Amino acid sequence: MSTFAFDVSHFLAGGLVLLSFTLLYQDRLPPLINAFALQSIFLSLSVAWQAQIQAAPHLLVTAGIALCFKAIVIPLVLHRLIRNLRIHRTVETVVGIGPTMIAGMALVGLSMALMMRATSGIDVLAREDLAFALSVILLGLLMMVTRRNAVSQVIGFMSVENGLVLAATGARGMPFVVETSVAFSILIAFIVIGIFLFRIRERFDTVDVAIMDRFRGERP
Amino acid sequence: MTGLLNPATGILIVPAAAAMLLTLIPGYRIAAWINVAAAFLTFMCALTLLVWRPAGLGRFLLVDDLNVVFIVLNTLVGFTTSVFSSGYIAHELEVGRLKPSHLRFYPAMYQVLMAAMNLALLTSITGLMWVAIELATLTTILMVGIYRTHEALEAAWKYFILGSVGIALALFGTILIYSVAQPVVGNGLPAMTWSPLTAHAAHFDPMILNIAFVFLLLGYGTKAGLVPLHAWLPDAHAEGPTPISAVLSGLLLNVAIYAILRFKMVLARNPGTIAPGPLMMTMGLVSIVFAGLMLYRRRDIKRFFAYSSIEHMGIIAFAFGLGGPLANFAGLLHMAMHSLTKSGIFFAVGHVTRIKNTQKIGEITGLTTSHPVLGWTLVASVVAIAGLPPFGVFTSEFLVVSSAFAHRPLLAVPLVIGLLISLGALFLRLNSIAFGEPSGSTAPDRMSPLPMMFHLGLVLMIGIFIPGPVVSWFQHIATLLG
Repeated sequence: MSTFAFDVSHFLAGGLVLLSFTLLYQDRLPPLINAFALQSIFLSLSVAWQAQIQAAPHLLVTAGIALCFKAIVIPLVLHRLIRNLRIHRTVETVVGIGPTMIAGMALVGLSMALMMRATSGIDVLAREDLAFALSVILLGLLMMVTRRNAVSQVIGFMSVENGLVLAATGARGMPFVVETSVAFSILIAFIVIGIFLFRIRERFDTVDVAIMDRFRGERP
Repeated sequence: MTGLLNPATGILIVPAAAAMLLTLIPGYRIAAWINVAAAFLTFMCALTLLVWRPAGLGRFLLVDDLNVVFIVLNTLVGFTTSVFSSGYIAHELEVGRLKPSHLRFYPAMYQVLMAAMNLALLTSITGLMWVAIELATLTTILMVGIYRTHEALEAAWKYFILGSVGIALALFGTILIYSVAQPVVGNGLPAMTWSPLTAHAAHFDPMILNIAFVFLLLGYGTKAGLVPLHAWLPDAHAEGPTPISAVLSGLLLNVAIYAILRFKMVLARNPGTIAPGPLMMTMGLVSIVFAGLMLYRRRDIKRFFAYSSIEHMGIIAFAFGLGGPLANFAGLLHMAMHSLTKSGIFFAVGHVTRIKNTQKIGEITGLTTSHPVLGWTLVASVVAIAGLPPFGVFTSEFLVVSSAFAHRPLLAVPLVIGLLISLGALFLRLNSIAFGEPSGSTAPDRMSPLPMMFHLGLVLMIGIFIPGPVVSWFQHIATLLG
């Protein structure tokens, strides 16, 4: 494989990790959603590049799904949702940004050390991809545990899924990649949006903003 | 077209077809009957599999001695729970705790859950198994939240978040297994199929196999409710409808254990890997002791028995981690006994909470006086789950403990301490629930006690006498597991 092909996939996968860090320190929701959309764009580029160098055109479907669904549709829906809920201005800080970033760096270091040492037996490209993918997964999980807001938890989950798709496309010729990504997208659309609706309509009994503010203790 | 006549495909097609049919049926009464009938038919297909296993299943399915145990158990408890569920849900509708609109898809989802669990057990593809377990989890998440109360939705959300973490770790492990198998087995499907994986496991890179197994153990261990990944389990059991608690405890946890066992078998074929045993034993022991201690502080009866499930999953993980023919035999037997006993207990708890209209242990007293049949069945079931003779759980726990003493005497000490701790907690709570002055409502129990008595009877029978063919069958599997 040419060095150029390797460098490009390296660059794209590294971009995903970098954007995971961006997700970690966004404490307001709109930029968080935008950062997630950007990460999804990087994912779809990365998958498309893999389709190119592995000569596996079916991966383009996965790239297309990532682009349309995760980079465009989901962010738009989420933006709308947080505007309707009037939570687009809230700032959430559960754990300080400093400690979270340090924990994130430690996780990336861990996954690099682990995967690079362990996977000396397999194809170099798959190896780098697995190391980056594990970093993205761990950073997403870190985000899910340090946030309390349901929207940020879901974004954390979706970034974990971005990491999984990266890992799956890196493994040469893995079956069911396209199917899995389709199933994942349906899962997200179905469950996440569905649970949001439940939480909003039934738990709060109303979408009236004043009452919901009272529920959150922001207004007497 | 031989595939359609195969009982193995029947186990998948019957629940799938029933689920589709059930989405079209609006009334709960008819739907409940179809649900029971479909579960029964699935169970019959599974029984057929015991005596007749035709070849020609294709590339995607696999029937061997190991998964047949799980399938028979799964479909049997699935059937009895569907019987219990029809009475329980009908009552919830009557008193208005559930509205018909909430239950519109309940029977259909029940069948989807059964189909997904059966697929996870039957499939020969690692990826497909992951998808099936995923589907089963999602269905249960929706069912846990069915009461739509604040607590139920909170429990469902927690289950969803922690379940997703497990899902992610397990998928990463599955991908790692593929990427380590791909250079040896070749591109595509074979590198994801159990039999080539096990056959070529000796040539895989041991280091990656190790890491993959850790991910799989953590991922599927979350589903099995092993400590420290158990946090979702008590909430999901307590807030969901009782039939779902029974299915979760009795079946879904087993499916997760099955997944871990399959990967353990792949690992066992490679001499260079770490022994997976100690990892599983540690998680098992921690679960046993932790759950035993937590039992004392529980005030909610369903949460109480949910912690007991964590303890028993710990025992099972410990037994399989210990390895060797005897411990594997004990693990399999314990899994079967726990499924039957625990789902029976949840049936009984369903009756109790229906009558008393509360889940608080403090508000339930004197059951044996007010409701002798129900009270004594519950007493017997709790005696069984505590691991006392003459019930089957005693046999299996005794085998686990004695093989632990034989191979790892030091580890047997915390095991026995953990078992005694939970024994104490179970009897402490049982005493106040079953004896003393009856409190609360003394309305007669109108639901049929048959499902719970049937489970208890089976456990009692195994405790007194295990039929010879069952013993030799379980022994055969135990040697397969290595």
